Amino acid sequence: MRPAMSRWLPYPMMTATLLGVWLLLNESVAPGTIILGGVLSLATAATLNTLGLPGGRLRRPRAAVSLLLLVLVDIVRSNIAVAKIILRPGKGERVSGFLRIPLDLRAPYGLATLACILTATPGTVWVAYDRSRNTILLHILDLVDEQEWIDLIKGRYETRLMELFE
Amino acid sequence: MTHLAEIPAWAAVLTAVLLLTGAVLTLIGTVGLLRFDSFYQRVHAPTLGSTLGIGCILLASMLFFSVLESRAIIHELLITALMVVTTPITLMLLARAALYRDRTEGSDEVPPPPSD
Repeated sequence: MRPAMSRWLPYPMMTATLLGVWLLLNESVAPGTIILGGVLSLATAATLNTLGLPGGRLRRPRAAVSLLLLVLVDIVRSNIAVAKIILRPGKGERVSGFLRIPLDLRAPYGLATLACILTATPGTVWVAYDRSRNTILLHILDLVDEQEWIDLIKGRYETRLMELFE
Repeated sequence: MTHLAEIPAWAAVLTAVLLLTGAVLTLIGTVGLLRFDSFYQRVHAPTLGSTLGIGCILLASMLFFSVLESRAIIHELLITALMVVTTPITLMLLARAALYRDRTEGSDEVPPPPSD
């Protein structure tokens, strides 16, 4: 749409993030640091442009913050749950297994975020993604009720991610 | 070590609690790695250390050095972000390799590939 803009600033979010990382690493907001960081992040984003990454934008920053808080709470909760399972005396009564979940989410960055969320919450591991059927295969440590897990992942994360990325 | 006397008691206690919580969680994860039976169960255990475990340790680091130097030290957030973004790659690679191996061996513990 805006050729000049997309040529010099192909990934505005990525450029801003890289600049933020540079400033954090240097622990400084001196003009020299900002100029050097700005040039470096513009050049890096321009280099990435030749790779032809899929575009995408975050639609609602406020919803992203509430999703982040939700995930933080879930990380603490599932850490405690998995720690309990590990420390439970005796063997054999653990029911863990694979679970295939059909997804409606198709945005590449949404799927990547879902992978980060599922990995960051102990007890669920993303095993494989089937692009043609749009299903994911998970391994779940405490698989007592399959439907409960499907509802949790689809209701708690997927709908919010679809609001954010689609 | 010479700066330790300059740290107020509340910050020292909070730092110690966060460090111990992180260390204990990582230890529990390692115990799980020993106790669990199959590869797919084992892969869950160390994620305790790589999520809340490292989170507590980084919080302790941020708190300690912020109080010590009387300014906000937050570049530990970068470690958190990079951990969150890169851990799934390693875990997926390991899990998919194991799944491929088990399917090739014809194990009935793993689900078959989706058929058309």
